[in-house]
Amino acid sequence: MASTKADPGDQHLVQGLVHEDPARGIFRVARRSFVEPDILTRERALIFDRCWLYLGHESEITQPGDFLTRDVGGRTLLFVHGKDGVIRAFFNTCPHRGAMVCREKQGNAGMFRCFYHSWAFNLEGKLVNRPGDECYTTEAREAGHHDLVRVPQIDHYRGLYFVNFQRHSESLAEYLARATEFIDLIMDQSEVGMEIIGGTQEYSIEANWKLLCENSFDGYHAVSTHATYLDYLQSRAGGLVKRNLSVGQAHDLGNGHAVIEYGAPWGRPIALAVPAWGVEGEAEVNAVKARLEARFDPARAERIACLNRNMVIFPNLVLNDIMAITVRTFFPAGPARNLINAWTLAPKDESATMRERRLFNYLEFLGPGGFATPDDCEALALCQRGYANLSEAGWNDLSKGMLSPEPKIDDEVQMRVFWREWQRRIAEEG
Amino acid sequence: MNATAALTVTRAELEDFLFFEAALLDAWRLDEWLGLFDQGARYLVPAAGAPDDADPTTTLFYIADDHHRLTERIKRLNKPTAHAEFPHSRCRRLVSNVRLLGGSDQAFSVTSNYVTYRSKMGETQTYFGHHLYEMCKVAGQILITKKTTFIDADDIRDQNKVSIIL
Repeated sequence: MASTKADPGDQHLVQGLVHEDPARGIFRVARRSFVEPDILTRERALIFDRCWLYLGHESEITQPGDFLTRDVGGRTLLFVHGKDGVIRAFFNTCPHRGAMVCREKQGNAGMFRCFYHSWAFNLEGKLVNRPGDECYTTEAREAGHHDLVRVPQIDHYRGLYFVNFQRHSESLAEYLARATEFIDLIMDQSEVGMEIIGGTQEYSIEANWKLLCENSFDGYHAVSTHATYLDYLQSRAGGLVKRNLSVGQAHDLGNGHAVIEYGAPWGRPIALAVPAWGVEGEAEVNAVKARLEARFDPARAERIACLNRNMVIFPNLVLNDIMAITVRTFFPAGPARNLINAWTLAPKDESATMRERRLFNYLEFLGPGGFATPDDCEALALCQRGYANLSEAGWNDLSKGMLSPEPKIDDEVQMRVFWREWQRRIAEEG
Repeated sequence: MNATAALTVTRAELEDFLFFEAALLDAWRLDEWLGLFDQGARYLVPAAGAPDDADPTTTLFYIADDHHRLTERIKRLNKPTAHAEFPHSRCRRLVSNVRLLGGSDQAFSVTSNYVTYRSKMGETQTYFGHHLYEMCKVAGQILITKKTTFIDADDIRDQNKVSIIL
């Protein structure tokens, strides 16, 4: 998909899309926000071209020469572990005529060669070889136009790599704001580090991307949308963990990021056993928990082990630490089409049996074939279809718990945090 | 393999079995479909493009059900609260290229190619790939002990999700 830093269009278009009336406890979003191509154009220019966007995890390219190709923010990128140990990101396009230089999803390479005219680049993006090099003038050679173009900014926080297409912006650490506290609760689950397990779920939903932001930390829909998942949990030997799904809190983390943190009736590989895992499983989970207790104070160990967290890092990174950890990012292919990439993250030093349990747990809820995600996809696609009526039925409601002093996870405070940031950015001058 | 471990099943017999399996799924006769599986049988769908030796204990699949979870999956799909498949999508499965890969009646392997069409609310998805079956023949009856469905696409962007049994 083409992406240019074009004129974001008419600012007037986006006035009043988010309507907030604190005195009356009302928060509404205009359904135009999900369907109009001109609004997506502004989102590309003012959100995806400006925010820090998730690219990948360090564990995916551990060795010098490791690379992967990935579409991020409408670009097609090359994520490379250099011979010098430096992690870089390039635009995957030949400086000569523009062909994608690398067509493999991942691998290990000594250099990248564009097959069209056989220009070859080292892992630092420098042109190192091409047929007929002697036919170029010194000026043409030295102008710097013949190397791979680097992504303006790349930075990481605890192994999570992000890119930014602006040359100058706030730092990644500033951007993540208080989300770092919750990233820490995931990354602290292992002394030796976390890794992405092999296998990517690359699917799609025929719905606007912002609907998946909302859905990813919507504590209100679980009981209704996911009734069959809860039935399944009940069916397993010994049933549920005695934890009430609705007990928890929502937190505004700054810069449009938000999280819900709560207890839930499912098992967690780190570290809350369910009866279905048996005596052996319980012993193993208890050992994992004991290790956390040795490393952290009791309250933090308990929080890491037993509480669940659904977090959206604005605009499009979901880190859900639930019955397994999902790392999910997504980009709009159009107002009504969202392309999703999902991975799972786990401790590098996890035992084979825990790893197996974790993957089994992940699939019972998550992903395009899980007991829950397909129903979320259906719900979001139905929302999008419902917006055909927006001329007469033009508003979404997100008022739940608007005036509650302590917002619960099934209130909608976390979505309101997202929408306020969205409105702020989308209304900026181009 | 000893002399008693004979393989008496024929491709014609397997084709009848696999065509019947597809017909049950097309008709949403899911309880009868589950009856084609042995106790302890598994049903697996690796991520699109996965190799034949993909392992659900070390890599992320779409579906990796033991028999209990497969039974629960069928119960779920029979409920109106399985929202992704309510009302049930219309499906049609084409099964072809059936090959018996060897073994004995106690344990043999079969592969087939498939194209499955799913239509719901005016949109149609096409799934294509191959199945690998582990089967046994007990008292003249073929039973599935493991079914792995490979989606031979780069990803499932065109199919959205895997809410049906493939």
